[in-house]
Amino acid sequence: MDVLYFAWVRERIGIPREKVETSAATVADLVAELRLREERYELAFSDLTALRVAVDQKLTDFDAPLGGVREVAFFPPMTGG
Amino acid sequence: MRVVVQEQPFDIGAETTTFAAGHKEMGAIVTFTGIVRDLPDDPLQAMEIEHYPGMTEAALTEIAQTAIDRWALGDALVIHRYGRLVPGEMIMMVATASKHRKDAFEAAEYLMDYLKSRAPFWKREITDAGESWVSSKAEDEDALTRW
Repeated sequence: MDVLYFAWVRERIGIPREKVETSAATVADLVAELRLREERYELAFSDLTALRVAVDQKLTDFDAPLGGVREVAFFPPMTGG
Repeated sequence: MRVVVQEQPFDIGAETTTFAAGHKEMGAIVTFTGIVRDLPDDPLQAMEIEHYPGMTEAALTEIAQTAIDRWALGDALVIHRYGRLVPGEMIMMVATASKHRKDAFEAAEYLMDYLKSRAPFWKREITDAGESWVSSKAEDEDALTRW
């Protein structure tokens, strides 16, 4: 699936998007996998209360299932308007 | 309904005129415009707005449709810019059309409250002192509870 990062999450991880091969059942499982990769992921995901997640471009929760999902995005709380 | 996400400036006069035309049965048009505000203690050089192409349009459309349904609006318009803006520039506007003003005002406030914290935009301030991401405010999240 495609994993996208925005704002300071993108800056901490260092890339805007990447392809990830995973069998993670939920967003939280995917986060756990990513955190094990490298220090920069661990840093970006150290406080999940500071993060929001969208699955296939819809806001959701970290316990959302990932079956059949094409795109997951991580970002800080939004500041539009 | 019209939802526009663009980098270039928009003409609020032309947009409002176009929006208001063709709604003879609507007695009230409310518009709100957001402006890049300078910072008194640390002058702002620019504000950079990042967004999530695809999701942004979908989220704005859903928010606008909810407002149209809830307040029986004749129409709604949302324009939101991204990219690099300087103080005084218009960031975004919403417009609502309804039979009577109360619904148009309320729906415009609803749109603004949801745009603040449910549309995937992120603001970054560039000042003489440095650059920083704008933090979301608890009051913006609290504002959603009244709806």
